[in-house]
Amino acid sequence: MIVSFTVNGEERIANVSGPESLLTVLREELGLPGSKNACEQGECGSCAVVLDGAVVTSCLVMAADCEGSEVTTVEGIGSDRELHAVQQALLDHGAVQCGFCTPGFVVTAAHLFEENPHPSSDEIKEALSGNICRCTGYGAIARALEELAEGTA
Amino acid sequence: MTTSPITRKRVRGGVGDSPLRIDGIPKVTGNFAYASDLYADGMLWAATLRSPHARARITKLDTAPAYAVGGVVLVLTQEDVVGRPGFGMHVPDQPVFADGECNYWGEPIAVVVASDLPTAKLGVEAIDVEFEELEPLTDMEEADARDSQTRRMKIRRGDRDVEGAVVVEGYYEVGQQDQAPLGNEAGLAIPDGDGGVDLYAVSQWVHSDHWQIYPCLDIEPEQVRCHPVGMGGAFGAREDVSMHIHLCMAALRTGRPIKMMYDRAESFVGHVHRHPARMWYRHEADNQGRLVKVEARLILDGGAYESSSNAVIANAAYFAVGPYRCDNVFVDAVAAKTNNPPAGAMRGFGGVQTAFAHEAQMDKLAGELGLDPLEIRLRNALGRGDALNTSGQLIEGSLPTAELINELDAMPLAEPLDSDDARHLPGGTGLTTDPRHVRRGVGYGVTLKNLAFSEAFDDYSDVRIVLSPIGVEVYTAAAEVGQGMVTIIQQLAREVLQIEQVAVVWADTGVIGSAGSTSASRQTQMTGGATHQCAIELREQILAEFGGDDLSGEGVWKDGELIVTLHEVCESGPREHEIRYRHPETFATDENGQGDAHPAWAVAAHRAVVDVDPELGLVRVVQIDAVHDVGRLLNPVAALGQIEGGTLQGVGLATLEELVLDRGVIKNANFTDYLLPTFLDAPHVEVKWVEEPERWGPLGAKGIGEPPTISAGPAVAAAIRNAIGADLIRVPILPQHIVGA
Repeated sequence: MIVSFTVNGEERIANVSGPESLLTVLREELGLPGSKNACEQGECGSCAVVLDGAVVTSCLVMAADCEGSEVTTVEGIGSDRELHAVQQALLDHGAVQCGFCTPGFVVTAAHLFEENPHPSSDEIKEALSGNICRCTGYGAIARALEELAEGTA
Repeated sequence: MTTSPITRKRVRGGVGDSPLRIDGIPKVTGNFAYASDLYADGMLWAATLRSPHARARITKLDTAPAYAVGGVVLVLTQEDVVGRPGFGMHVPDQPVFADGECNYWGEPIAVVVASDLPTAKLGVEAIDVEFEELEPLTDMEEADARDSQTRRMKIRRGDRDVEGAVVVEGYYEVGQQDQAPLGNEAGLAIPDGDGGVDLYAVSQWVHSDHWQIYPCLDIEPEQVRCHPVGMGGAFGAREDVSMHIHLCMAALRTGRPIKMMYDRAESFVGHVHRHPARMWYRHEADNQGRLVKVEARLILDGGAYESSSNAVIANAAYFAVGPYRCDNVFVDAVAAKTNNPPAGAMRGFGGVQTAFAHEAQMDKLAGELGLDPLEIRLRNALGRGDALNTSGQLIEGSLPTAELINELDAMPLAEPLDSDDARHLPGGTGLTTDPRHVRRGVGYGVTLKNLAFSEAFDDYSDVRIVLSPIGVEVYTAAAEVGQGMVTIIQQLAREVLQIEQVAVVWADTGVIGSAGSTSASRQTQMTGGATHQCAIELREQILAEFGGDDLSGEGVWKDGELIVTLHEVCESGPREHEIRYRHPETFATDENGQGDAHPAWAVAAHRAVVDVDPELGLVRVVQIDAVHDVGRLLNPVAALGQIEGGTLQGVGLATLEELVLDRGVIKNANFTDYLLPTFLDAPHVEVKWVEEPERWGPLGAKGIGEPPTISAGPAVAAAIRNAIGADLIRVPILPQHIVGA
């Protein structure tokens, strides 16, 4: 079946054969591999995207259900030339090591800051508790986002 | 010759700075290419048929039905292996595909190549395979009793008849941890059209892959080129060959690029894990708490094939006592061979297991003697000029154990529990924990680890530096797995050459020699050391040729005047230098485990503060205070990241993470049932450094990848014991171990 939806502000059409996930369609069909496939079970948040205003794990969303939806992936958040404040903060604080979890953190944190520009430390941790990072121990991510929360005060 | 009014400036981003990592921007924007993101025109996909049994004889293997699936183009089995039948890090004991029988659950039996991944998986389903199940050997003690093992290690040092005034004994177990790097195994093999193949697959050591791959393909070494590739973490899981030979075979047979990508469930059997361990200990000390004698028996389960068990068990034995002086040490250690999934490298590599035991024993001794846990460790602290307690090797390099303990003792203790906010309680927002019942505990872990390869291994790293008018290129095959090697190389090259523009070229096995593995906490010292030494030699060559006394991005200087521009230096001939860097020679130990096996060591000291809900058995790790032995701090941000990240992996092993096996079958091969620490599980970590330069390596720097993982877990275990006042002999410490303990 044909699914048409908006991805990062652009109208896109995907040819969906059946049960494939939004993640698979983004990565394999639409040329957007920024969303990562680490667990494909909704546990790690590496594939997080914003779907119609809410953060979801795209591995658990059927692409066929996305007809008419609006999707924002990491590719739609900032560019190499113009980083989003969350991306810049993560970079500046050494919060990126292997980076496989980073797109999910960027999507989830950018959404958090949009909803709540001054989250507390606890609010940051809670909002990102669905995103697993195996490299950093979360310390640098916390420092980056806490400083961002204070800086925009 | 030109003269110039330019004044010399120190280059930015040298040693001691924390420059932004060059791969950081593509990683935050999602543009970084990991192995799983690689594509090639006309590529096919492959999928693997794996053993559903821990031990079985294959009674029928008919691949014809797979070929009947539209889109399937090739099925590979052991019959298709034209060269050496097996591979392995140390010995080639694992067949490329199961050879008539399966020795562990998940062992590859066949690979199906098809037009796309779903079709390849359909092909796997279609293969007609039958088994005769055999009784698996899955208990490590039974394997030891049957002498099913890959290596026995014996430490015999000192006098077995001496006795201490105080004796403590203990039995300890460590469950099996998975590295769980977020990026699964993935790779792409591209045939070169001339009988050779280029492989882009996850790896901590492309040259080791290369040495294992080409004999199986029966082609010339140079016909296989293994390329460094973007990786979503490693932690030991990328040291062994997984899909590599399968990919190359499929590419050579089909003449088409082949892609493979394991999913998470397959990843759990697609790489080796940390060895689970059982350990029996007896410590004897004098009335002052000084160790008199340590005896230990260690069994580590290596699973079905050897992988790096030979080196893991050696580490377990050499570091069985920890960073403490003791003249009488007797250890019997064995890497058992079973029908469990193979175990191999994981961050800490043998040292993690024994650290849980020796630290629990030190706390028991302190308890018997009424000593503070840090005081007993300080009284026994091992340092430069001492002999290593197990091998007797003189410690010539840096080992500031006592300094670390004193620094740790001076760090302020975490604030008392803020009980108003459920998010700060062990039960979290589940609102299960009554704050009045929460018990706080404090515990310590002080541990020791060797740096770089040991026991006579010819350990080296090749680096080539090319200078051009636009900057410096450093060629290396070292694996950047996320740890930040890229930045360390740049910083060291900048520091010596005083040229800011440094590019790291990740070179394949056809372009440059081995950099050794990104493991054993070795790349900062080995490839960092190679970069530093290579840059020094190149600088000296240029200064000698032009009669200068300093070099920078502007050119060659003499007496504060620029005498030749960098452009002129590079115009006048190729400016290229390559070296092979080695650490001090090490030796195999004798039959008693005595000798100079190690080039260097690092020590780490952690204090854990935990809150425990004893009714529900829930634990919140509140804070970890960590002091680290870094030799020389090259990059504070990167070092902090290694320590915080390594610490959380230790916390994970102590409180959450375990592969559950039932007769050799992994029952929790997914992230729903194999629990990893989340943001809410992560303690606040405070870090201090001790800089006592190492005798070799760049500017005295020491590796820091593994020590934090080793120390953190024992500190957390001790803190939980301290909170509830019970002996806990097994990690991970789960609710059922705490309730009623």
